[in-house]
Amino acid sequence: MPDLLTIAGARRAFSTPEGKTFLALDGIDLTVGDGEFVTLLGPSGCGKTTLLRAIAGFEQIDSGSITLDGTDLTRLAAHRRPVNTVFQSYALFPHMTVARNVGYALEVQGVGRGDREAKVADALDKVGLNGLGGRKPAQLSGGQQQRVALARAIVAQPRLLLLDEPLSALDRNLRQAMQLELKDLQHRLGISFVFVTHDQEEALTMSDRVVVMRAGRVEQAGTPREIFRKPANRFVAEFIGETNLFTGMVSAGTLVTASGLRLDLPNGAADGPATAVLRPTDLTLGSSGLAGRVTRAVYLGADLQLRVALDSGGPDIAVLARDSAFAPKDGDRVTLSYDPAAVHLMAGTQ
Amino acid sequence: MTPRDRGQLAALLTPVTLFLGIFFFGPLIIIAVYSLLSPGLYGGVEWSFYHWNFGRIFGWADGLIEVYEPVYLRILARSLGLALLTVIVCLILCYPVAFWIARLPQRARMVFLFLITLPFFASLIVRLYAWLLILKPSGILGTLFAAIGLDPPEILYTQTAVILGMVYISVPFMFLPLFSSVDTLDRSLIEASGDLGAKPWQTFLKVILPQTLPGIAGGSVIVFIPAVGNFIVPDILGGAQGLMIGNMVEQQFLASRNWPFGSALAMVIMAVVLVVLVVFTSKAAKAGASR
Repeated sequence: MPDLLTIAGARRAFSTPEGKTFLALDGIDLTVGDGEFVTLLGPSGCGKTTLLRAIAGFEQIDSGSITLDGTDLTRLAAHRRPVNTVFQSYALFPHMTVARNVGYALEVQGVGRGDREAKVADALDKVGLNGLGGRKPAQLSGGQQQRVALARAIVAQPRLLLLDEPLSALDRNLRQAMQLELKDLQHRLGISFVFVTHDQEEALTMSDRVVVMRAGRVEQAGTPREIFRKPANRFVAEFIGETNLFTGMVSAGTLVTASGLRLDLPNGAADGPATAVLRPTDLTLGSSGLAGRVTRAVYLGADLQLRVALDSGGPDIAVLARDSAFAPKDGDRVTLSYDPAAVHLMAGTQ
Repeated sequence: MTPRDRGQLAALLTPVTLFLGIFFFGPLIIIAVYSLLSPGLYGGVEWSFYHWNFGRIFGWADGLIEVYEPVYLRILARSLGLALLTVIVCLILCYPVAFWIARLPQRARMVFLFLITLPFFASLIVRLYAWLLILKPSGILGTLFAAIGLDPPEILYTQTAVILGMVYISVPFMFLPLFSSVDTLDRSLIEASGDLGAKPWQTFLKVILPQTLPGIAGGSVIVFIPAVGNFIVPDILGGAQGLMIGNMVEQQFLASRNWPFGSALAMVIMAVVLVVLVVFTSKAAKAGASR
């Protein structure tokens, strides 16, 4: 995949009302491939929205560069960038009809009425809003407004589409349906998406690549599987889904924690201080392994969510087991088995 | 609506209905009736029907069909023109400032909004006499011009002085509605417009202007209506060539003691303003809908 967007060393500082300086972007390097779906993921205040706004041209960066397909965008005004945005609030023009909203990018370019109407109809068709062109945005539901915002952003066929938490205002069912639909649309259009969210599940579901950010820095960038299975550090491991972390010393292929727990590691683990990651789904109820007592069992339907206090001490660990004939209750003794190959080891204890 | 709701609504609306009925419609009816009576010899009215009050306004004085001299219409037209100019100047002054203040931090905004309402704390007459002191040839402006070796500009007792004074007293009335519509303007709409490739002037015409139109229309109406009938500003700053239709009404009631004619003038002003208003608001509503 050839690179479409390249961001190098982007920095942006804001001054807070208290007179301090806040680094929203602290040296961001990022590339987005042609036709790639990249998600910027992180807690609020991590700089993901600032980065998106810098790509769109609403924010200037203090230093660094933003290049799109060989063109330097760094100092270019927003209206000169071949990039369109779907806003979190949708930002539909309330005084215009849906059709005029969708055709706005063409209207300001001076595209003729006939050509414009055809393209608007096509864009509305792509997002499944045929026949609603004559309505005002206020006459549409939240989900429909979201689709109008999407149609408006793709009508001029941008090279890159930026989406700022576009699904956050929708209810859960609609959000999940839209996730798949967006992904599908992106495939059909073949344009690159940069998608901002704080919802890790959304990021894993939709993205080709996830960029996890914290405090203006990229903590890790990789495929959803890499991010989930091989987090680069404790922050990423904890941010992406529920996880069990074991901190201790590695020697001879075994991690020993301060409380005395021994964890078998995959082959080739280097000696020294390290943190092991073991996802709740990697633990199964078995006959050999880590022994403990269930402190809380929650029945989730297909799955059973357990908290287990290990006999060796340390914090309780989380287990997500398939529901089966053997369903432990609070206080039951269990033994948790795991495949050492599923354990991910991160050097260091932070 | 249940009978109980009706009763409550009636109770709530009674005070305002009584107040407006007695103090607004009462005088209005008196004026409407007076405008169709003959003037008394020493003021007051004689109770006989007389339609030449209106004839005189439209150019035929006292039943003389042959002599057409629409002096009052001309003054009315001039008053409408001056009021319109006042509205335009106020708009040009206030619109950019509203955007500037809307972007300031909360504390600074409060300071500026207070400053804009500050003139209300002093009497209108006093403030207009202050302008007299500024504009008169030996006044502040004249002294300043003389200091840099220029002839003092002749502003006092001209239409320029009237417009200056009217703009001065009208600015807060234009600013406040304008500010409230600029302040509630969703900034993401401006960003969205730019994002979709609109040049700044396109964003202004297609998004900012239509979105702030309610404030523009509101401010314009509140400035225009009192400006048409204003007589204090032309009285103090206007001189002979700055006379406005409001002065005519004032003169008829006070100096000439021709109450019926003054009443007829007042009725005509009211009708004209009403027509202007209806045309303007329907145009503005249409523009708002089609943009």
